[in-house]
Amino acid sequence: MAFLSSLVNGLSLGSIYAIIALGYTMVYGIAKMLNFAHGDVIMVGAYIAFCGAQYWGLPPVMCVLTAMLVCTVLGVTIERLAYRPLRQATSLAVLITAIGMSYLLQNLALQIWGANPKSFPVDLVALPGFTLFGGQLRISGVTLVTVLANIVIMAALTFFTSRTKLGKAMRCVSEDRGAAELMGISVNRTISLTFAIGSALAAIAGVLLCSAYPTLQPTTGSMPGIKAFTAAVFGGIGSIPGAMVGGLLLGIIEILSRAYISTELADAIVFAVLIVVLLVKPTGLLGKQVREKV
Amino acid sequence: MNAKKKRLIYNLSTYAIVVIAFAWCQFLLNNGGMTRSLKGQLVPICCWVIMAVSLNLVVGISGELSLGHAGFMSVGAFTGIILSGWLQNGMGMADETLRLVIAIAGGGLLAGIAGVMIGIPVLRLRGDYLAIVTLAFGEIIRNVMNCLYVSVEGRGLHIDFLNPSLPGKLLLNGPNGAVSVSKISTFTAGFILVMLSLFVVLNLTNSRSGRAIMAVRDARIAAESVGINTTKYRMMAFVISAVLAGMAGALYGLNYSTLVAGKFKFDQSINVLVFVVLGGIGNTMGAVVAAAALTILPELLREFSTYRMLVYAIVLIVVMLATNNPLLKQWFSNMTNRARGLVRRDKPAADGEGGNPA
Repeated sequence: MAFLSSLVNGLSLGSIYAIIALGYTMVYGIAKMLNFAHGDVIMVGAYIAFCGAQYWGLPPVMCVLTAMLVCTVLGVTIERLAYRPLRQATSLAVLITAIGMSYLLQNLALQIWGANPKSFPVDLVALPGFTLFGGQLRISGVTLVTVLANIVIMAALTFFTSRTKLGKAMRCVSEDRGAAELMGISVNRTISLTFAIGSALAAIAGVLLCSAYPTLQPTTGSMPGIKAFTAAVFGGIGSIPGAMVGGLLLGIIEILSRAYISTELADAIVFAVLIVVLLVKPTGLLGKQVREKV
Repeated sequence: MNAKKKRLIYNLSTYAIVVIAFAWCQFLLNNGGMTRSLKGQLVPICCWVIMAVSLNLVVGISGELSLGHAGFMSVGAFTGIILSGWLQNGMGMADETLRLVIAIAGGGLLAGIAGVMIGIPVLRLRGDYLAIVTLAFGEIIRNVMNCLYVSVEGRGLHIDFLNPSLPGKLLLNGPNGAVSVSKISTFTAGFILVMLSLFVVLNLTNSRSGRAIMAVRDARIAAESVGINTTKYRMMAFVISAVLAGMAGALYGLNYSTLVAGKFKFDQSINVLVFVVLGGIGNTMGAVVAAAALTILPELLREFSTYRMLVYAIVLIVVMLATNNPLLKQWFSNMTNRARGLVRRDKPAADGEGGNPA
């Protein structure tokens, strides 16, 4: 039963990773850049929701919506100011800028909210949990909401990218930017839209993450961010189902190694998995092979 | 001929900056013109300069973004501490200089081995993937160091994983790190190591191998098609950089009485990256100056220290935008050309060749 309980925890953490990984994978697929600051957008989202509940007295749904709104604006602004001017630059330059952005967000949060960890209001996601097998397996409300949110988001995104006009435009841009532009798709607007969706998802992930692990500080987002990127690479970067598979597997691996191998080494094991996957299948589990052209 | 001369002047002035800075610090030390806190910063400055020079070899010369450089420093530091502690307590070696030399050499060697082990998988990847995997390796090294326990008993060493109850004198105590390290690092050793790393990197960049490394950076496929073994040269840059970082780590570790693995977090790798970017990617002299200046500055401006990382972040973004955005680049080159034009009008015969003002 302990194993099953770990598995449920892993599923919950994995769902959070999957939602974060979606942001990475969409941006990487379309803008061909690793948005290092994505993890810190999560942190900002969590802080906004925290402020909404603690200081502004908003109802839970409004807290989440406010966080999503702020993060969307933040994500689009970051893209406009820092990444768009570097559209033609080398990937090294873009990556260093993104790292700079990540540090900027962390340190701004440090100046605004201070270094002391805030305890996140756990009752923000207030749904009664339930027990199975005569009280041996407890599934909390947060876990339930997290897994459900993950499924809903995944279904909505799959529908969006495969059926709607904007979603199809996104896929076009990711396939061939030049050709998409010739077909009359506004590349800049599509990339902005991608950042907006990714950042809104980050806000949701932030709230869910802090509901499950309720300590909030300026560095809260960086480790889950890096692990979620790992998950995105694991599942095959650029692929939406890949992000889901990668996130869930990574969450389960992390929780199981924490329970059965060693707490200290759990992170090391997660990263070792990434390295092994990249060596065996460099495009990830569900990624597609891209030929290099001279 | 001209390019050769220019290179010679560049190399010599890089060495000269270090020598003059060292002589000046020695002068201040002998005359008591240096504050206590600045004195404590002398060895760390040397370490960060070496780190910047070595990371510049990977990021600037070889063109790969490595985000796990602090991991190699960590390997070097803990190897150095263990070696020095073993020689002192197990072998009864009293000579501090010899111990320091062995510790630094050992730190460099083990970091080099780690570099080979990490380089083989990492260098199969490119670009963002390479960056994220080096980051992952840095984190793995930190996690593993946190679980490592080493003690010395008699002439032997006990090394164990996740098991703190070891016989004898504990050198490395898991998450509590190294304790009661004998501080044997000296500023002179730091200076020699800086000169050594400059010698290695500057000579490498101006050699056949260095040109091959840069060719792989600029056009990998073209380099491959003229018969350059790309893996070999990327590996060469990566491993040399790891060795230098390990040496810097040993020097750094033996400068403090305690050291924890948490000291070499991802943040430190970014710190070194800021030195490299600010010094001008690929510019060794710039890396030296930036590393030294940015290590001293927060020490001099105490009140500035809360904003240090904030300013670093802004600097990182602004420098990248200014050097990589076509519009901003044009604007900057117009400005410099205009400034040059002004100077030329003042002193008409100052500069023979040089570019025409646009």
